[in-house]
Amino acid sequence: MSKVYIALLLAAFSTSIFADKLYITLEKDNALAVVDGETGKLLKTVPLGQRPRGIAFSKDQSMLYVAASDDDTIQILDAETLKVVGELPSGEDPELFKIHPNGRLLYVSNEDDNIVTVIDLQTKTALTEIAVGVEPEGIAISRDGKWVVNTSETTNMVHWIDPLEQSIKDNTLVDPRPRAAEFSVDNKQLFVTSEIAGSLSRIDVATKQITGKLHFKVAGVDKELIQPVGVLAHPNNKLLFVALGPANRVAVVDSQAMKVLEYLLVGQRVWNLAFSPDLTRLYTTNGVSNDISIIDVDDLKVTKSIRVGHYPWGIAVK
Amino acid sequence: MGKNLRTRGFILAACWLLFVTSMSVQASTVNVKIGLLTEKVLTPPALSNLDPVLTDEGIQGAVLGVKDNNTTGRFTGHHYDLKHIEVSVGGDVVAAFKTLLSEGYQYLVVDVQAPTFSRLSMVAKKSNALLFNVSASDGALRNSECSGNAFHIIPSDEMRADALAQFMLKKRWKKWFLVKGTDKKDVDFAKAIKRSAKRFGMKLVEEKTWKFDHDARRTAQAEIPVFTQGSDYDVLVVADVKGLFGEYLLMNTWLPRPVIGTQGLVPRAWHRTHERWGAVQMQNRFYEQAGRWMSDVDYASWLAVRSVGEAVTRAKSVDVLDVKKFMLSDDFSLAGFKGVKLTFRHWNQQLRQPVLLATPRSIVSVMPHKEFLHPRTYLDTLGYDAPESNCHF
Repeated sequence: MSKVYIALLLAAFSTSIFADKLYITLEKDNALAVVDGETGKLLKTVPLGQRPRGIAFSKDQSMLYVAASDDDTIQILDAETLKVVGELPSGEDPELFKIHPNGRLLYVSNEDDNIVTVIDLQTKTALTEIAVGVEPEGIAISRDGKWVVNTSETTNMVHWIDPLEQSIKDNTLVDPRPRAAEFSVDNKQLFVTSEIAGSLSRIDVATKQITGKLHFKVAGVDKELIQPVGVLAHPNNKLLFVALGPANRVAVVDSQAMKVLEYLLVGQRVWNLAFSPDLTRLYTTNGVSNDISIIDVDDLKVTKSIRVGHYPWGIAVK
Repeated sequence: MGKNLRTRGFILAACWLLFVTSMSVQASTVNVKIGLLTEKVLTPPALSNLDPVLTDEGIQGAVLGVKDNNTTGRFTGHHYDLKHIEVSVGGDVVAAFKTLLSEGYQYLVVDVQAPTFSRLSMVAKKSNALLFNVSASDGALRNSECSGNAFHIIPSDEMRADALAQFMLKKRWKKWFLVKGTDKKDVDFAKAIKRSAKRFGMKLVEEKTWKFDHDARRTAQAEIPVFTQGSDYDVLVVADVKGLFGEYLLMNTWLPRPVIGTQGLVPRAWHRTHERWGAVQMQNRFYEQAGRWMSDVDYASWLAVRSVGEAVTRAKSVDVLDVKKFMLSDDFSLAGFKGVKLTFRHWNQQLRQPVLLATPRSIVSVMPHKEFLHPRTYLDTLGYDAPESNCHF
């Protein structure tokens, strides 16, 4: 009886409306870790295919897609049972992928073959392959669905793909080893991280030209170790969060001024980022320290780190 | 010259990638001609027939580099051609080099012996052509014999020796027993080892020359324990570049001591077990093309071709002077799967890069460690630094 009472009290005074769950791919464990976002408790770990990396929910959140890179497939999991219910023909070595806002098309980069594969999620077939630069990596899709971009790590370009024609319309040369890309919420700007250059570029979507650039500098950290990877735009269209890899920091960036507001110390080799649905928390996967960090977005403070398994890589939140 | 030269045209065909109809192709294409010159040397007698003799070393690296450049070139309107000339043992390398120059090749990836390299750089001076040294690790080429036309992609002996010394310092294995062969390359590597020992506070407790007056194969168990007896030491450092006796030192020393240098723990530009920083993709792409693992010379050849590609793309020019200027500018940086950007040192045009310390089946460490401080970049703790250099262009 008292348990119910406490639960009711907790529910009443809890500031967070959503009890979110984090789904984290563990690259070396071939598994998926499920973590409670609010309490930071590791709820369970379920087996996946080999070298799982990219992860995302279907538009209706009933399915979870996971790129099992060494199995050359994207696994389809039932989001409730976390059982594998199917596969997508991703092509070889799938890594990062994104789902178009129409909920039907999935774009995945095939690093070894220099192509981006377009998959129809309804028919579970590969629609087409788009030839891009050497070692395609990051994929981003504008919220209005008009542009799909892909970064190629050795060609050092952003390829602008028109999703109506599935063809490249333009290319923007960026700093060496571009990794992740993210559109601003108003779809007017694209942000791209360059791992080797230690920089963040802002590209104007209309002209495809670079309009701003920022080089990260962290006191006491060798500039060679500052390797920006994952980037996430806050819906307020002002803040941008950038994971700095082996610099073990997340940079909080004013995206209009292209200035760093703060560097937050997280786990080692911070890689990918995700918000809680209510935007109060930011989660980071830290590949080398085998944990995730939780950041309070309002205070910009790191509140927790949770050990989840070997090489946490991708993260999806529900 | 005729029969010494074997021109290979297959590469040109291999470099065209198939276009996909949806591709946006540049209207006009500018050609960039890259030459590859290989000087064949007598293959030293093998200790065992475990490793096949490579007949396409360097070539496969350059071919992959041109392929990668052309993938990028589709978007920038550049097309890269590669022409390879192989000069057989004792052939006229300078004549072959001049042939390439006369055909308009100004970017030359060069896999030749150090004395030949010096001769070629004299010729190159007259024509502004750029040479990319992918195999000669001699310190002299980067110092007294340096040339403004030469870029050194392969790490020097001194960079390799410094990498070893830094790791030994970290391990506190500071007492060294040096065993060297009689070949000039062995003597040079031993010299680099002694320089590094002094730089990083190592103590050379003994130095011996292996004179090849025994058949090591039959007598390794008997000869080497006696040979390595005497002073106490932490590690045995071996300088046997051609691999004629070094392998026999392992597990045959009088005292139980690790072996480092040209055998045992070896400083390398590339290694087949290297897989960090996206290197897996590189290993896979290379293996798929060549049917074998990438060697140091292949890696250097790939980097040489890529540095031309990178400079052409960013300088938006195929002019050799523009490209050279860009390669030496602060804007140039090359991604080489070593976790940091690779750039050129202004004082001798050596490519800055981490050195891998490898045993046959694993990477032990990637040097330098960031604890080795330097006012410019910690990468400059390896090899000749600006104040030590006597290179004057």
